Amino acid sequence: MYRYDEFDERFVRERVDQFRTQIARRLDGSLSEDEFKPLRLKNGLYLQLHAYMLRIAVPYGTMSGRQLRQLAKIAREYDKGYGHFTTRQNLQFNWPKLKDIPAILDLLADVEMHAIQTSGNCIRNTTADQFSGVAADESEDPRPTAELLRQWSSQHPEFVWLPRKFKIAVTGAEHDRAAIKVHDIGLKLKRNEAGEPGYEISVGGGLGRTPMIGKVIREFLPKDELLAYVEAIMRVYNAEGRRDNKFKARVKILVHETGAEEFTRRVEDEYAKLDGPTINAPQEEIERIAAYFAAPDYEDLPAESVTLDSARREDAGLDRFVEQNGFAHKQPGYIAFTVSLKPVGGVPGDMSADQMDAFADIAEKYSLGELRVTHSQNLVLPYVKKDDVPALYTELKAHGLATANAGLVTDIIACPGLDYCALATAKSIPIAQEIAKTFADDARQKEIGELPIKISGCINACGHHHVGAIGILGLEKGGRENYQITIGGDATEHASLGERLGPGIDGEDVPGAIEAIVETYLGEKQGSESFIETVRRVGADPFKTRFASFVEERSKALEAAE
Amino acid sequence: MTIISAEGERPNAYTIVETADEAKSASKPLVPLALASEIEVPAIPYGLLVPNDAPVDEIAQHFSSVDLIAVTFPAFADGRGFSLAKRLRREGFEGTLRASGPLIADQFADALACGFDEVDLPDTMANRQPVQQWLEMKDSMTVHYQTGFGEGQSILQQRLAARKEAAQ
Repeated sequence: MYRYDEFDERFVRERVDQFRTQIARRLDGSLSEDEFKPLRLKNGLYLQLHAYMLRIAVPYGTMSGRQLRQLAKIAREYDKGYGHFTTRQNLQFNWPKLKDIPAILDLLADVEMHAIQTSGNCIRNTTADQFSGVAADESEDPRPTAELLRQWSSQHPEFVWLPRKFKIAVTGAEHDRAAIKVHDIGLKLKRNEAGEPGYEISVGGGLGRTPMIGKVIREFLPKDELLAYVEAIMRVYNAEGRRDNKFKARVKILVHETGAEEFTRRVEDEYAKLDGPTINAPQEEIERIAAYFAAPDYEDLPAESVTLDSARREDAGLDRFVEQNGFAHKQPGYIAFTVSLKPVGGVPGDMSADQMDAFADIAEKYSLGELRVTHSQNLVLPYVKKDDVPALYTELKAHGLATANAGLVTDIIACPGLDYCALATAKSIPIAQEIAKTFADDARQKEIGELPIKISGCINACGHHHVGAIGILGLEKGGRENYQITIGGDATEHASLGERLGPGIDGEDVPGAIEAIVETYLGEKQGSESFIETVRRVGADPFKTRFASFVEERSKALEAAE
Repeated sequence: MTIISAEGERPNAYTIVETADEAKSASKPLVPLALASEIEVPAIPYGLLVPNDAPVDEIAQHFSSVDLIAVTFPAFADGRGFSLAKRLRREGFEGTLRASGPLIADQFADALACGFDEVDLPDTMANRQPVQQWLEMKDSMTVHYQTGFGEGQSILQQRLAARKEAAQ
């Protein structure tokens, strides 16, 4: 993975000192509260419902065991002994004190980490496929691009006061695991007909109040022109994005209101005027960064492991874990694993300090010291030898990290919701927990198969409900929490937005409604179709019908009870 | 108003005018863009006051007769002025570029890096954030990644230079 050189080190250290000064200037009255707010946000510090929240950047979700151990230390000494992984592949601490923030930032800088631009109206942490560099279906590693963008976007003089936040994602695989179509900019690494490397560029995707699928504005951009082209996009957005209404300020609205064609023309116009070679990274720099992501020294191993195969026959739990959470590796004899942070009844994405320490050890012992954070709030061990899997499984199990539910109905994305967030209109974590309990049975989960459920506790859609195969949106209606259910959302290369099934329902009815939807799927399913495939084939109607009768049954039951 | 440049406070020579008559009588008028297109321009180089969403082409028509362009910042968090400055420099404006409005000291380095020479700060702001604070915040970061912004070499350029030196 990438390591800081003296410049990166100096940059992050100076940023910590700068923030220390900014806090002091707020305290002595030089900065008003209104002026300080965006400054603290640009350094990841939110004021939540009950306390400050510090969001730490995990660039493109890649982390070392050493870094995770430092996060454990911070969780223990400055928070309540746990952290929360987010849908932006970052980590949040929910209970730090303002006075401790500079000390926490120092500890982060000690391990080449920071909280720069994890919030605020600027370019946020660039995300990438969690299986970058190891996925069997990958054509090119997106991490060098993401790292180049991390550096370029850090304290960009022109683009730190944008109309609204700005998110970039990169993928280099056929199957899009980075959800690039619902990002402000989505980059897909590709090759043109001559075999030269470059990008397909989409702009204007996003979730929130007005979900949109990104539009391709450039079919092919030569790889070495990236920074100049992104600068052109950012300049058009910074100059023309709406500032009269924060709910219409994202680039997706500009693209929508201007029209993709006209927006493209303006970007290309700007691109033609700027002096690309002075902006783009020199080839040497691209190569310098890429070298950090070169394949590790893999051992020469047979594709199949006799040790693992025989252990799987003897241990049904191990067999199930490998089947569900294992991921095909490009290197023979190796496998990658999703490590679920969604134990039934737990808080999606939460990890205790003890688990972090244990997992740091595990990553060092079994995965070349590296781990990844996924946008579905799980972790990944990217470099596991198949021979080591039985021992790895035993250790994961000992720390409550061997839940075999990756991608299943209990692997739920949930925003912090009303339990933490000042914007939330409804709870989301407790809803996730109740759904997980309803479907806790392993055999039942397996029968249902892949079914990503995503829950947001307000219209801002941090839980990505629009792109959940089942999406749940919690709102407030007449003083009660009310949940709208959608189906058919998809964040992959088949990106689509979910369709509402009917009226909102009470929180206590959500698990029952999900059961009704799942039953409908199992009834309609043909062959080995997944939930989303069935929805695509039959449409939403059978689900709407079943949902309507569920709602009717419930209201009758309620009347009878009264 | 307080004018702050990278070297510290500097005197202001320009007076905002609202009519053609005022523009004629002022020793150094600062003429709003809308007015500048209508009146006969003063013979001396004058200043041009432009909103942050003014089209660059429209501003560029006045380049030959102005020695200062002041870009208004309606609020410190409205970053359009940074992009406008960048574009004005690219179009070839070589006079003084002024950011005019309630900016904060924390934006000084960015404003300079985008091509501004000075900030025209309302007095209420200058009282809270005196000139010294602006100069200190300007130097709070000594490195930047972006090539083409600011005077010093970017981190990318410095890396390249170090590599070349090591190769020799």
